Amino acid sequence: MNRSKWKNLKSELFTNGLGVAALIILVVFTLGAIFAFLSGHDPNAMDAMNRLTPPGSAHWFGTDDYGRDYLARALYGGRVSLLVGFASMIVATVIGVAVGVISGYFGGWLDNLLMRMLDIIMSIPSFLILLLLSVFLKPSVGNIIIIIALLMWMSVARVIRAETLTIKEREYVLYAKASGQSASGIIWRHILPGLIPVTIVGATNNIASAIMMESSLSFLGFGVQPPNATWGSMLNSAQGYIAQAPYLALFPGLMILLTVLSFNVLGDILRVGFEPKLIRR
Amino acid sequence: MRQLIVRRLAQTIPMLFFVSVVCFAMIKLAPGDPVLSFVTPNMHADDIERIRHNLGLDKPAYIQYFIWLGELVQGNFGYSLVNHQPVLDQILERLPATAGLMGSAIALAVLLAVPLGLIAGANRNRWVDKLVNLIAYIGISVPLFWLAILLMYLFAIKLHLLPSMGMRTIGVESAVDVLKHGILPCTVLAFGFLATYVRYIRSSTIGQLKEEYVQIQYAFGSKKSTILFRHVLKHVLLPVITLLGMSMGDLVAGAIVTETVFSWPGIGSLGMTAVRGMDYPVIMGITLFSSLMLIIGNLAADILYSFVDPRIKLKG
Repeated sequence: MNRSKWKNLKSELFTNGLGVAALIILVVFTLGAIFAFLSGHDPNAMDAMNRLTPPGSAHWFGTDDYGRDYLARALYGGRVSLLVGFASMIVATVIGVAVGVISGYFGGWLDNLLMRMLDIIMSIPSFLILLLLSVFLKPSVGNIIIIIALLMWMSVARVIRAETLTIKEREYVLYAKASGQSASGIIWRHILPGLIPVTIVGATNNIASAIMMESSLSFLGFGVQPPNATWGSMLNSAQGYIAQAPYLALFPGLMILLTVLSFNVLGDILRVGFEPKLIRR
Repeated sequence: MRQLIVRRLAQTIPMLFFVSVVCFAMIKLAPGDPVLSFVTPNMHADDIERIRHNLGLDKPAYIQYFIWLGELVQGNFGYSLVNHQPVLDQILERLPATAGLMGSAIALAVLLAVPLGLIAGANRNRWVDKLVNLIAYIGISVPLFWLAILLMYLFAIKLHLLPSMGMRTIGVESAVDVLKHGILPCTVLAFGFLATYVRYIRSSTIGQLKEEYVQIQYAFGSKKSTILFRHVLKHVLLPVITLLGMSMGDLVAGAIVTETVFSWPGIGSLGMTAVRGMDYPVIMGITLFSSLMLIIGNLAADILYSFVDPRIKLKG
């Protein structure tokens, strides 16, 4: 990763209108989640007099069926959704990179074994497994992070393995080998730095899929449990009030859409930014 | 050619074997004792042991596995813990609803994605391309259950145009009724597939337009639209076969969320009910069935591909 690549990335990011919009959205949502307490409302404070109030000056996003301020709930919900997305991505990336590098660098029977294992696990529909595991384990935030990471690391491993295979054949790596450096030294000093671009691109897209998985899970009622809310579980309860209070369904869904969209857009921009040949071929 | 097919088949069999091992292990590791679902309050401990013995649950796990596998290949997927009906019968009974919904969603998605992808790829970075790109981005980023709720609100609650729930109006037995119920879920699913397909077709169009045959056609004075829809189209349709193969796994399991939102009586909602009721044999049956479809789908796509494109040599 050299300086010109970073420069290229920056210009790719800032000349692209979508990219700027995506960055702004993510920064706003993240700040909103971190400083959710500034909304001035307790997300769990019920108010029987103000049930299902439409959006207005007192409650910007209205109130829900218990009279709770919906903006505060959406901000605190974003906290959990973003946390799950980010943490699952980290866990999946760590496992995926480790398996991918080992598989790609050492090759042979180990590679064969690991890759066949991946083939098998990946031929089982993942959403069913997701549901099943969340029933086995108690649906806490920590467990959901682990379950989602367990389903995501495999695609990371595949990409990292493929990239390791190409880096392994580069001259500087061959030279390092010939000069008698240990395998762990080569991996640490020469292979891993070369993997940073694909890892970042994959990680960005994986946050998007993790947030999507968490929302679907919570929407079906198997995710984060009440009174804690995530965007998915808010949609679950909004479904029952769709005729009286459609705004309850509108806001959380819009926030999922914008967040996932932003991460996907950023992922693609990063891909092009890291591999300028891709577009100017 | 025959050699390739044989080799691919030979790879598939161990994969099926391991998928079955994983499924069996999950049933075994699941919390709860399956015998308990047969126990009534006034049973004696000896009776419970006898049931356990009759069910073969006192044998070592690997023997149980082979018994289970033997039953499996004869088409016995076990019995539901909730209603004690054969699992395979329940799956097959629900299959037409899911296959019909998924089939039409995939067909709709392909029909829209092919022209959109071609046009976007041919007009790279123009406004059409940007528009198609934006739609595709939204398609891969929108939670489908949310889209479902929005469409339901608009078309069923506000406009009263379409029914929002189920597959049939009670007491009505007509194909038109089923079609009407299918429009919303089909649209939602198709939108999800469309996004993936469009991105794929767009980038393969861009690749194809650089090929020599396109330059030659230009040199012969063919119009751009002729080249696009007569020549490039053929080449772009090939990867669609692979995409369809990959969609086979979704055919069964992918509709879980959409079917649940619309109460569509397919395999997805059967799976959902089974998960809620911790009905492991049914869950495993569906998992196994969808893995089977996915593996067979990929296999069929690979073989089909090698028929239509002889340049492809199936590799290890």
